[in-house]
Amino acid sequence: MTESVIVVENLTRKFGDFVAVDHINFEVQAGEVVGYLGPNGSGKTTTIRMLLGLLKPSDGKATVLGYDVFKQSEAIRARVGYMSQKFAIYDDLTTLENLTFYGGVYGINDKARIQRTLELVGLKGHEKTLTRDMSTGWRQRLSLGIALVHEPKLLFLDEPTSGVDPTARRAFWDLIYELAEGGVTILVTTHYMDEAEYCERVGVMRDGKLLAMDTPTNLKKSIITGDVWEVYAHPLEKGLEILASMDGVERVGLAGDHLRVISSKVRKDAMQSLLSRDGVSVERIERGEPTLEDVFLALAR
Amino acid sequence: MTNYLVQATNLQKHFGATRAVDEVSLQIKSGEIYGLVGSDGAGKTTTMRLLVGALLPDKGDVTICGYDLRKQTELARSTIGYLSQRFSMYEDLTVLENIRFFAEIRGLSSTEWLPRSMEILEFVGLDKFKDRRAGQLSGGMKQKLGLASALVTRPQLLLLDEPTTGVDPVTRQDFWQLVIKLVSQPAIANPKSQIQNHESDGVSVIISTPYMDEASRCHRVGFMKQGKIIAEDTPSNLRARFNNRVLELRGNPINTLRHVAHQDEDVEDVAAFGDKLHVRVREGKSSLIMKRLPKEIESAGGVLTELRAIPSTLEDVFIALSESDSNVSRHSNTPTSGDVGVREVNND
Repeated sequence: MTESVIVVENLTRKFGDFVAVDHINFEVQAGEVVGYLGPNGSGKTTTIRMLLGLLKPSDGKATVLGYDVFKQSEAIRARVGYMSQKFAIYDDLTTLENLTFYGGVYGINDKARIQRTLELVGLKGHEKTLTRDMSTGWRQRLSLGIALVHEPKLLFLDEPTSGVDPTARRAFWDLIYELAEGGVTILVTTHYMDEAEYCERVGVMRDGKLLAMDTPTNLKKSIITGDVWEVYAHPLEKGLEILASMDGVERVGLAGDHLRVISSKVRKDAMQSLLSRDGVSVERIERGEPTLEDVFLALAR
Repeated sequence: MTNYLVQATNLQKHFGATRAVDEVSLQIKSGEIYGLVGSDGAGKTTTMRLLVGALLPDKGDVTICGYDLRKQTELARSTIGYLSQRFSMYEDLTVLENIRFFAEIRGLSSTEWLPRSMEILEFVGLDKFKDRRAGQLSGGMKQKLGLASALVTRPQLLLLDEPTTGVDPVTRQDFWQLVIKLVSQPAIANPKSQIQNHESDGVSVIISTPYMDEASRCHRVGFMKQGKIIAEDTPSNLRARFNNRVLELRGNPINTLRHVAHQDEDVEDVAAFGDKLHVRVREGKSSLIMKRLPKEIESAGGVLTELRAIPSTLEDVFIALSESDSNVSRHSNTPTSGDVGVREVNND
């Protein structure tokens, strides 16, 4: 009974000889919250632009909300919402004026619907607040409201909570989950693991290819097969050098006041004794949990 | 007696009726990476500007490397490198020309700046691109150029204002490795320390960020909210404050689990993270809730597949502390008026 909102088959886009998006395949079901990650230039934005019908694919197929992105892009754009971090809201207009203005752009003049949207994003009671007097978290709610005023079935979010603290971010994602529960499908592109962790499934792109798409838990299990260790030692730099050249260490990085080591072979005592032998004093070595950032770095390098 | 590289006492700055910075005190040791963590408008940037002397505080004092920022402004400033949020560079100039420009306005002589610039460019990994125009650099490279420009005068204190906004994780990782190397290898920043009145051995870094994945890399973090530092400690000590207070739940349907958890009176916060929930519980209630929740979920028609106590994250801690500090509501649709906040005044 699940219904596919996005179906992508072998979708490809070339710019001259450069393959920006290289035969990617994925599906997104109604009500899913899916994250889309990748370094700059990996093909994320090109993919989204094709899905919105703004860019013609060179090859492959894609349907969005049942419409063909090649032939029915107008129908798609009328039914999707888009919220960007760089979205322009008018600073010298109030909350209500901004919503009314953007509603008008979509042909929505129904006052009740605008009120509903205002309520949905938690801005009721702040209709008359000038946008420039609002905090970033609240402006983001307004941007979301603007993206939702035409009641889209699919919502694209581009780094939606950049610049807000965790409290505002969590409140924002509570809202996103309520929308998803109501059947709206959400696709989020982001660079921040703080945001990606909130998604039900996450896809990672590199060099135009979709390397993986799965739940954060499964990605951590399948991509980070080794153990994660947090090594507190002095001096750190020397510890880094020693562990980086140690047999069986897959990755080691500086993490502020400690080192993060990923390895499926190396045991705690082996690290301890090697470091001590070479004059690095070890304070403690603890088990760490794999993060989405580990996954990303493992796939992106 | 500890020798602090930065000592700020009771800093205050008002913009009209807004207290952008409200009684902020900081003590930063040399070799320390300190994170100022909070949202836009929490007062991070204003604090940074007070520390570089770009703004004068209404009240309070700042000492940097032993120099009083009010009375010995130029001396204090000469020890600081500052990378602002909107770092401006000359896109028509090459990488090297840009650095030269920043070196010369900071008073480096022509015999000094070139070897120094090459050293710094090599450190940040831009030496091969020294003749490329800045406008032609990728986002990550531009950021490294910004860092290089801030480092050219061999600062003792580096202030980085949200340096990795809009930068992908691979680039961010590279950038952080540079910052961490900088504090652990003082030679790169300051081989022949010219600061006489400070027995310094390492550069200190103050970095502002709204992101917890960055905060967790700092030696110490200060959580800022509404102009105040509401908590300050090492990331691991902050997390330890909420030991046994966070549970992870998995099961179906996830929304049923979410609603049930929300209704439990000993649950303080519920967050959906994709295929799992994080639930913060009242102190001392976790074993009670671990017994109670499965029954509650079952009677609501849900299936619980996993329930365990997990180490808290910095994000959990920040949210919990913000709530106890002010009465920010835990329900998404009823933000309190205190949450509106006036945005930080931008006067550049």
